[in-house]
Amino acid sequence: MTEPATTGPFPFSAIVGQDDMKLAMILTAIDPGIGGVLVFGDRGTGKSTAVRGLAALLPPIKAVAGCPVNSAVETDVPEWAQVHDHSIVEKPTPVVDLPLGATEDRVVGALDIEKALTQGEKAFEPGLLAKANRGYLYIDEVNLLEDHLVDLLLDVAQSGQNVVEREGLSIRHAARFVLVGSGNPEEGELRPQLLDRFGLSVEVESPKDIDTRIDVIRRRDAYDRDQAAFLADWHDADMTLRAQIVTARDALARVDADDSILRDCAELCIALGSDGLRGELTLLRAARALAAFEGDPAVTRDHVRRVAPSALRHRLRRDPLDEAGTTTRVTRTVEEVLA
Amino acid sequence: MSAGEERWQRANLALACFALDPAALGGIWLRARVGPVRDRFMQGLDLAVRGRNTRRLHPNIGDDALFGSVDLAATLDSGTLTKTRGLLEEPGLLILPMAERAKSGLAARLAGALDDRRGLSLVALDEGAGPEERIPQALADRLAIHLDLTDQRLSDAPDLAIDTDALVEARRLLPDVTVPETAISELAEVAMRLGVLSLRAPLQALAVARASAALSGEIEVDEPDLITAIELVLAPRATQFPEAPPEEAEEPEDPPEPDTPDDTPDEASDEDETPPLPTEILLEAAKAMMPSDLLARLEAGRAARNAPGASGSGASKKGNRRGRPMPSRAGRMGGEARVDLVATLRAAAPWQPLRRRATGIPDRIHVRMSDIRIRQFEEKSDRAIIFVVDASGSSALARLAETKGAIELLLAEAYSRRDHVALVAFRGDGAEVLLPPTRSLVQTKRRLAQLPGGGGTPLASGLKAALDLAELARSKGLTPSVALLTDGRANVDLTGTANRAQAAEDATLMARALRARGMPGLVIDTGLRPTRGLDALALDMGVPYLPLPRADAKAVSAAVETALDPA
Repeated sequence: MTEPATTGPFPFSAIVGQDDMKLAMILTAIDPGIGGVLVFGDRGTGKSTAVRGLAALLPPIKAVAGCPVNSAVETDVPEWAQVHDHSIVEKPTPVVDLPLGATEDRVVGALDIEKALTQGEKAFEPGLLAKANRGYLYIDEVNLLEDHLVDLLLDVAQSGQNVVEREGLSIRHAARFVLVGSGNPEEGELRPQLLDRFGLSVEVESPKDIDTRIDVIRRRDAYDRDQAAFLADWHDADMTLRAQIVTARDALARVDADDSILRDCAELCIALGSDGLRGELTLLRAARALAAFEGDPAVTRDHVRRVAPSALRHRLRRDPLDEAGTTTRVTRTVEEVLA
Repeated sequence: MSAGEERWQRANLALACFALDPAALGGIWLRARVGPVRDRFMQGLDLAVRGRNTRRLHPNIGDDALFGSVDLAATLDSGTLTKTRGLLEEPGLLILPMAERAKSGLAARLAGALDDRRGLSLVALDEGAGPEERIPQALADRLAIHLDLTDQRLSDAPDLAIDTDALVEARRLLPDVTVPETAISELAEVAMRLGVLSLRAPLQALAVARASAALSGEIEVDEPDLITAIELVLAPRATQFPEAPPEEAEEPEDPPEPDTPDDTPDEASDEDETPPLPTEILLEAAKAMMPSDLLARLEAGRAARNAPGASGSGASKKGNRRGRPMPSRAGRMGGEARVDLVATLRAAAPWQPLRRRATGIPDRIHVRMSDIRIRQFEEKSDRAIIFVVDASGSSALARLAETKGAIELLLAEAYSRRDHVALVAFRGDGAEVLLPPTRSLVQTKRRLAQLPGGGGTPLASGLKAALDLAELARSKGLTPSVALLTDGRANVDLTGTANRAQAAEDATLMARALRARGMPGLVIDTGLRPTRGLDALALDMGVPYLPLPRADAKAVSAAVETALDPA
């Protein structure tokens, strides 16, 4: 086990409450195939804190030392990257911030102008998508993201590959990442196509319970006052959680899901009228990850019931006249179908 | 002491607290117009933070200035890589004038930098005129101190007294200041009851309380410090008046009279028997400090919350990085400009023999700053449809419902096409902007559902509000069009008086003003049969007139589509 760091982000396990959000993030850490997490809600509820904390929590990955896209094996290293150091090292799981208004060049990468102009060399300067390969890509205020960047992300998230064809360059590299987005729904909405790309979506709100709020403030204050001591206090909890994630990853392939569970998932999605089959698949994957996380040998209805709201609520057709909100609709339907 | 003097003292205290621990407080959101009062405040700030690294930003600052980038001119000249330092890379104080025009992108970046605790702090100078012009919420949330000096008179604003020696002493004390357990819970409770939901606020209040204690030479946070913190941090953020906590069973036997002066001695005697909860004292302090326009804000449906993140910021205007490509032009590198490499090399080509000879370096391409060509794109700006809805009594409720239905259909379409939608309703004696241009379906639906009906038909006021809104939208880079949905003739004039003749004249005047500004749009007659005079009004506006006696939602939607989209 590693030693506690003296400086670092706020520990994931020290976040008070927000269980839905934390669970969704843990599930994607167990099975990145679930897809991304969308966190929508009020300001100052610890959305970004959770993402940054997650980075410290995730088990490190093994990757080629000099590789700009964190390739796992030497043969995966893209040709354009002039990698001299081919040794395999442990790197922390990348968690890359995609700032709002980032230029396209910065996201996908571009011709290295400096090299082109000073050395007359045509070289590719990898962007954020390269850095995020095999890790997480975090977009704060995702609903304010420029449309052309959204299009680009959709394309890459779909194909798992970033293709750059411009300025005489023709470059491709792997770009498989878990997309984590956060935002405030009052500032604008997300296009359904992008919504669908997120595996899970959670709604967070400021805790209304005074004791919870006091707890949040107390812990944050303790962290701000003496980071090293606070990190040391929570190191064990974080490491236990990390061990749990690692165990769950191993167990994932052995978790059974029999036909009745598949039928439950399908019936739920039909009853809710969610588009496409992505809903069923995500629901099943998330339920399986939850079962693995809790050490259960098989997926049960209870697992499905618990992940259904976050796996499905953003996939429903928007009904402008329904004021009840999609969460209520999902919960209602889950109760009817899985009664 | 007058309210103005008190406010100024508070500003003074805020400045001292901020100077003591800028990083923990995040910064100050100062709302004031440019003028001598603000100058005085800034002088005080200069004095308080003397010796610190201070940098000025501007709302359209680019990424290379914020984060640093390759200094292309120097790199090209020297042939070795030269980098510029970003403004966010070193700790220090950032000053952002015209903060209300900051785009959400900049707000997110600054917010991120402040969150990273790199020792940065920000003073945002918000010069917004109206309540809808304010700094992005994401930024306001990170700045502990919110000050409003808009109405501060210069006579109440003497030079600020900053005692630098006291600051030095307080800075020595600050790390040792302890906070009693109860203080944290009290701050949390006050925040909660003032409707301050963000959890950053109580933490910032805590930091202010610590600073205030250190300033008064104490090493433990005490009640006055908490009051200071609440006045500076929590009260300006309040979204509701504090109510008594529900669990409080100790109701006095006889219901308390509404606040009359002669109650005070009674209350005082009560307090002798049972000391009031500390939270109550703190809440009293907060109440005195609540923003004066809170009631108005609450009535306007929580303007503070609903104001779109960057209204007045020009955020909607898209950069020149996409759209239809136009010929490349000579320009400078950097910013968001993209270099057209081929054109640049083409421009450099003829000079190569000369430059090789001049520099004596034969084996590389010589590119100078003057050769750089920048790509340009032309883009159509987003459309903003402003619905001007007649909610007067003559629009019987059924018609209003139909109109709402039509707008909802249009909204769904606008949503898919990324159009902005704004709502203006007129009824009774005036018009009201229910919603500035937005893409948020949630907000529009909510506002629309709340639209009441009844009263006269102040058509001119409706058109005037629409015109103002359209001008505002245009200044933000949107292309506005006005869709008027009405069924009656104007019978209330611009001043709100029922005067049919004057009302008609005013309406015509406003219609012509709309045409003079070249505002596209259409007039939809939602009356049961075509209304006399509305076609003339449409003519004055220079827009199509559509009588839709059997208007159903779908028909209205289709009509608007064809009228606004001639292509």
